[in-house]
Amino acid sequence: MTAPFPKYASNEGVIEAVQAALGDMLVTACEAVSEVRLDVRREALVEVMRILRDKLQYQQLMEIAGVDYPEREERFEVVYCLLSLTKNHRIRVHVSTDEARPVPSVTGLWPVAGWLEREVYDMYGVLFEGNSDLRRILTDYGFRGHPQRKDFPLTGYVELRYSETQKRVVYEPVKLAQDFRTFDFMSPWEGAEYVLPGDEKAPEAPGAPTPLKADEVKR
Amino acid sequence: MAEQDQLMDAAALERLQVADEGQAPSETEIANYTINFGPQHPAAHGVLRLVMELDGEIVERVDPHIGLLHRGTEKLIEYKTYLQALPYFDRLDYCSPLNMEHSYVLAVEKLLGLEVPLRAQYLRVLFAELSRISNHMLNLGSHVMDVGAMTPNLWLFEIREDTYGFFERASGARMHAAWFRPGGVHQDVPLKLLTDIADWLDTRLPQLFEDAISLVADNRIFKQRNVDIGTVSRDDAIAWGFSGPMIRAAGLPWDLRKSQPYDVYDRMEFDIPVGTRGDCYDRFMVRVEEVRQSARIMKQCLAQMPDGPIASTDRKAVPPKRGEMKRSMEALIHHFKLYTEGFHVPAGEVYVATEAPKGEFGVYLVSDGSNKPYRCKIRPTAFSHLQAMDFMMKGHMLADTTAVLSAIDVVFGECDR
Repeated sequence: MTAPFPKYASNEGVIEAVQAALGDMLVTACEAVSEVRLDVRREALVEVMRILRDKLQYQQLMEIAGVDYPEREERFEVVYCLLSLTKNHRIRVHVSTDEARPVPSVTGLWPVAGWLEREVYDMYGVLFEGNSDLRRILTDYGFRGHPQRKDFPLTGYVELRYSETQKRVVYEPVKLAQDFRTFDFMSPWEGAEYVLPGDEKAPEAPGAPTPLKADEVKR
Repeated sequence: MAEQDQLMDAAALERLQVADEGQAPSETEIANYTINFGPQHPAAHGVLRLVMELDGEIVERVDPHIGLLHRGTEKLIEYKTYLQALPYFDRLDYCSPLNMEHSYVLAVEKLLGLEVPLRAQYLRVLFAELSRISNHMLNLGSHVMDVGAMTPNLWLFEIREDTYGFFERASGARMHAAWFRPGGVHQDVPLKLLTDIADWLDTRLPQLFEDAISLVADNRIFKQRNVDIGTVSRDDAIAWGFSGPMIRAAGLPWDLRKSQPYDVYDRMEFDIPVGTRGDCYDRFMVRVEEVRQSARIMKQCLAQMPDGPIASTDRKAVPPKRGEMKRSMEALIHHFKLYTEGFHVPAGEVYVATEAPKGEFGVYLVSDGSNKPYRCKIRPTAFSHLQAMDFMMKGHMLADTTAVLSAIDVVFGECDR
């Protein structure tokens, strides 16, 4: 018995087929957690998608997700989730970018990309070259900043309320009645990056061995 | 700018001259009319603002403005442990909360490689299908109400009320159940609940449902309002990322429960209804048939459901029950660790999608190996459907907007996140 996640067609031979079709437009292709991930060159994205759609039968673009990795040189990753209705298979295409370098838009291939790209732009500030309607979509009219970035605080910067004196909705800087509570849930034996009080006294006598991380545990 | 002013002046002068001569201008220029539909409108199914450009009563262009219910769910989830993030999913599509949880728990289980006992899988399928019925009751009822009928909605709400009674008896909450867990479900159901559901499936549901649908399915007025309204071809449905009843109404027999089975759907026998014309009437009738098929699945679940544990016994992910904690120190430690630190999920990323009542509901989950999701992107069903409003509405009458909108089955909790 395995985990009861959705089962689709096997990944066998998919990577080889993609490698043969994409050539040097493909940076890496790998299979992890029974899903196929392709990393492609940003400039070649539209061509890659065209080949995946027309030759390899990935007809539907289901989702475009942004991910922020602030420590990377190109901090944003844009993830395209494709679905093949005929082969019953899913594949993910990743490209990386930063605030300044635009990603080619795939609205010419899939009209659905219009809003999906708008959302990534709204949430991360990733620019899409060729999207003729790159407006904000989920945030408020006149919103500033890109809320899904890791350096954007959870509380945001402004809050709004109805002002009884001015008889309209007013925007004000966020005022917190108490400090934002960030709990350190990590156990001091695994996750803590600080020295536990008392440990500095005995540098030569290490404590208990560090337990395995979750992904090192063999099941 | 000056040149333009001059031009306009010249045109105005011409009009004046025409008026002076007492002749009607040969061609009357009528500017398109722009109206706001919403954000507060009973037929908008939530807070949707449609900016519509009308030529008389004919819709030329629709620009949906969404995000009025944006609550930053994805951002909030990044600051919660995996277990604390679960209740947020109830609040996405609040008409089918358990289907939202389903995608999330399957995604976490996929990353963890966690096995789920058979009884838990049956329970999850049973209640996911009950949510589907509950969701369709609201949608079918409000669809007929949006095009002018009242009675079916009231009758279908009787069924909806029954389903909420069942949710309450299983989880303690009528709406926001928070009942699925990575590894199973939160608690077992009493036998009486299962027998009551079986009785209900045999008696009350078919009676009320078929009565209500018989009023509209062959009704001339209902057909006039829905047949050939908002037609979508197969190719358009694929290009616009349609899923669920929307893609099935366009004639594609695509159902994730069948093609990419999860939990025990591969043991279930059910049919996939498909439409022939891809219009609003087809979408309505696809949902009607789905309710009957859901009832069929639920009956099979009830007949086949084995006894046994309702959650994984892996104590690194699923907490022990209270009774165990009274006797075992180990269980007490596990309980404490799971409810403070939570479980750690191995680094990796998955995209898991299930067949929610409204279409493909996906969760793209990125884990960095810690106890909180690094990124949890939610793929709402309504997002791509609503985007197609513009081309579905082109050339239709203003009054058809409500029919098209109802047939999309949009809920803003999920669309805006």
